[in-house]
Amino acid sequence: MKALPKSTVTARSSGTLVSAEASAPYRLSWLASISAWLENEAVLGYMLMTPALLLILIFIAYPFSLGVWLSLTDKLVSQPAHFIGLRNFTHLFESQIFWTTVWNTVFFTFSATVLKAVLGMWLAVLLNRKIRFARFIRATVLLPFIVPTVLSGLAWVWMFDATFSVFNWGLRWLWQSTEWLFNADFGYFRGPRWLGDPAWAMFSIILVNTWRGIPFFAISFLAGLQTVPAELYDAGDIDGATGWQKFWHITVPLIKPIAVVVIVFSFVVTFADFQVVYVLTRGGPHNSTHLLATLAYQLGMGSGNLGEGAAVALFMFPFLALVILWQLLYLRKESSQ
Amino acid sequence: MPQRVPQQAGGNPAGGLTRRAFLSTSMALAAAAGAEFVTGQAPAFAQTKTLHVLEWSSFVPAADVVRDQQAAEFGKQAGVKVTIEHINANDLLARATAAIEGRKGPDILQLLNNDPHLYAGGLEDHNQLIAELGGDRFYPFIIEAVKVTGVVRGVPYFFGGGANTYRKDIFKKVGIDKPPDTWEEHLAAGKKLKKSGMPIGQTLGHTFGDAPGFAYPVLWSFGGMEVDEKGKVAINSKETRAAVDFVKEFWFAACDEGGLAWDDTSNNRAFLAETIACTLNGASIYFVARNTPEKTAPGMADNIGHFLMPRGPAGRFHTVGPFSNCIASYSENKEVAKDYIRYCHQKEVYEKFFVTNKGYINGPLPEWQEHPMWESDPAITIFRELPKYGRSIGYAGPYDRKAAEVRAKYIIVDLFAKVVQGESPQSAIAWAEKELKNVYERA
Repeated sequence: MKALPKSTVTARSSGTLVSAEASAPYRLSWLASISAWLENEAVLGYMLMTPALLLILIFIAYPFSLGVWLSLTDKLVSQPAHFIGLRNFTHLFESQIFWTTVWNTVFFTFSATVLKAVLGMWLAVLLNRKIRFARFIRATVLLPFIVPTVLSGLAWVWMFDATFSVFNWGLRWLWQSTEWLFNADFGYFRGPRWLGDPAWAMFSIILVNTWRGIPFFAISFLAGLQTVPAELYDAGDIDGATGWQKFWHITVPLIKPIAVVVIVFSFVVTFADFQVVYVLTRGGPHNSTHLLATLAYQLGMGSGNLGEGAAVALFMFPFLALVILWQLLYLRKESSQ
Repeated sequence: MPQRVPQQAGGNPAGGLTRRAFLSTSMALAAAAGAEFVTGQAPAFAQTKTLHVLEWSSFVPAADVVRDQQAAEFGKQAGVKVTIEHINANDLLARATAAIEGRKGPDILQLLNNDPHLYAGGLEDHNQLIAELGGDRFYPFIIEAVKVTGVVRGVPYFFGGGANTYRKDIFKKVGIDKPPDTWEEHLAAGKKLKKSGMPIGQTLGHTFGDAPGFAYPVLWSFGGMEVDEKGKVAINSKETRAAVDFVKEFWFAACDEGGLAWDDTSNNRAFLAETIACTLNGASIYFVARNTPEKTAPGMADNIGHFLMPRGPAGRFHTVGPFSNCIASYSENKEVAKDYIRYCHQKEVYEKFFVTNKGYINGPLPEWQEHPMWESDPAITIFRELPKYGRSIGYAGPYDRKAAEVRAKYIIVDLFAKVVQGESPQSAIAWAEKELKNVYERA
């Protein structure tokens, strides 16, 4: 059969019925042209990048832009938004609740991150030793990280309960045992008001965040530790290095790149933490445990002031951007070395 | 409950509905619903097949069971699949915000207090429904909670409030013969109770019911107010100072100091575990003691009594928290939603819910105060008195969006919480004044 004239192919594309034989060469040529087009690396590169780009645009860029826009408006829930410039921010700066929250967030983040890093490293070193059931223990250590925070948070609420706190029961038992031992009356021991006193409440949320975050640090550090060549420690032994010296001069420098990434990542997540505070204290007592995320939620979702809530949430951005920028520069410096 | 439609003298009744429109719509509804509607049957003209209702998880679990059963019954009669979603009351606002802004979610949102003011732009006009279900006979303070610039944005279903739940035997044991009537008497009783090891339990935490239920009335009873009638911030007054000074003394002399972190369930647990002898609460503690005696100390229910908030120099007050069913404007099932609300307010349907709550709630119309249920158990009769002393949050200003924002930010609760945590009264009042101005005087 003769090849169809070009005009017939054009007719098919506009809906005219043509024979199967006629469409085959057309399909081949069409595929060939697509194939040739994809041979161009620039085109293929953009095509492969597009799904990721779309995800970033839809799930990161759009919400972020919307957040920026909302923070510049007087948007109230169910009402139209009007542009008001930086007035939300000036209102926030005049609010003592906001500054209390900023301080809480900074204190909470630094304390929890340092604790997680130190205790995580300690745990990683312990797990790196040759012990029985090592794999089982390593898997078990991950449990706090696996259990949904809201669920474990509720368990902690019970443990911190003003009336039924298991910690206070334990402490009271110790107290009474001591009284019995010394045949003395020290008076009634009530125990700390874990969530009812501002200082204890802050301690409690840091404790729970640390408990939850340690496994992430420990497992990451453990992965780093296992890449350190054993010969270096042997060399250290020959040189008479103590355990601390080996840790400080061999382990730390070699796992530093991993440590930086883990600490920065944890810093960002801790800074934006919401669940622990929401479940344990809802920001109380009298805002002493509010973090920026919970305050933003209270203002935006609780009192319907979406503009002000967005402004609070956006306040986290410069802090986190600086931290991430520092991390990027550090990693670039490391890789260039 | 009689479904009397109020007669309007003029052509434009309250709410902006014309008489002509009102009559024609009422006739159409009556024709459509027919005899079934007035005989307690769900109307059968529902067009859609699903209805999603979001409401709180009651502290009287049996009430939730009744709600679910009634929803199922309505669904059966009307050919609609009704889903009732019960969630923690503290989370209702967040769900409502997400639904209204996303224009997707439950068809009916149960909103507490005057929260319908926050969501007015996303809620249907309920004027006609209100007129059908009781009109002017609804208590004014619960209509204020849903009426935004002349348009009613929900139908008040019930209102709750607290009274002081106390252990009669413990009070007697420490030498208190009758429940306190004034704050001074309450303080004196609390001192004795705390000395005996079973203090008064009160929350000043960030929780929706018991914390504002204490903080606002104590402020009002000393003559304090967040704003005056014109909406000008008026917290910095000698009356507020008197209230703050009192609470500070009361807290340390009479209360369980762990209460700063309590939520609305903590005092229930503490009371039932016999670590406190008195607490501000609905009747839910009593119900648990009465209905599940095996879970409490022997004979506890017989030893539980209730008394009203004590009087202060300016009088006796209670917060009354309306729970309103509000149809979202994005709902595609508005007519079914209206039918459902009508069904819930039918006398025999409502009565079952009302009786099951056994004093935990008050009905939206004064006639429910006459119900024999109130006389069925002397322990709960006192809750019938709440409407007499009910005052809206935001007093002396309007019960509007700003009052709702102040409540949502717990500014009045935190005023007292700060003081009992050691901050000076002057400093705490100055803080509250600044935060209130940030809400009320914001451009």
